[in-house]
Amino acid sequence: MNDKPHIRVELRSDPCYLAGVRQLVSGVCQRIGLCESACSQVALAVDEALANVIRHGYGRASDKPIWISLWPLAPDGARGPGVRIEIEDEARQVDPSELKGRELDDPKPGGLGVHIIREVMDDVVYDRRSPCGMRLTMVKYAPAPGPGACRC
Amino acid sequence: MVAGMNDSSLPIDVEKRGGTTILSPRGDVDMSRAPAFREHVRQAQSGRPTRLVIDMASVEYMDSSGLATLVEAMRNTKAAGTELVLCGLNPRVLAIFEIARLHQFFRIVPTVADAVGA
Repeated sequence: MNDKPHIRVELRSDPCYLAGVRQLVSGVCQRIGLCESACSQVALAVDEALANVIRHGYGRASDKPIWISLWPLAPDGARGPGVRIEIEDEARQVDPSELKGRELDDPKPGGLGVHIIREVMDDVVYDRRSPCGMRLTMVKYAPAPGPGACRC
Repeated sequence: MVAGMNDSSLPIDVEKRGGTTILSPRGDVDMSRAPAFREHVRQAQSGRPTRLVIDMASVEYMDSSGLATLVEAMRNTKAAGTELVLCGLNPRVLAIFEIARLHQFFRIVPTVADAVGA
């Protein structure tokens, strides 16, 4: 199987590019066949992931590389079309098991990004890249057509 | 060559009605613009209004950076005895409050009229 991404973008770790990436991701997800709500959720997850890389991985340095790769996923009987997105960086490596959302009982600023990503995406995996940096792989499927399908 | 783009400003309208200050930001509130949003909110809080209304009707998109600013505002207003009311949230912005389970901690009403009359 040719696993080359259908889209691969390299950007600098500058927050000013987040809006453009959201538009790109949302637009591609729409063409793939995800509903409006799912497109917004994927764009939000990518935004949060990039913000985490910039804020925590690169310590807000705005000139470091980040790569976004995207693959469409074909529908099968159980679910509709989907998208797989990888976000890679050269930031400091952390133990993937430490990347989990914080408790939400006490409202306090910050620390919500990982929780939001895990909440809106169907599969979320962090791992270390070789020889440096981290990789986040996220998958989102549209519901299969039927009574439970998204109607937005 | 452009060294870096400057997309960090956030237009915001400020209106005072008696003891109420109404902030109406316009545009996406993400990591790029959250610092500007935070500064506007801090300035409004420094005037010690009785009530601070943040009208989000012209905010199309907000991420956790914007949420963090509002959580900070909630804490500061509570400490200062100011009532904080949010209004005009579109479904996409409201959804992120619900995902973060923060909607229960804020007073959220549909419109500015509801907020001012609240």
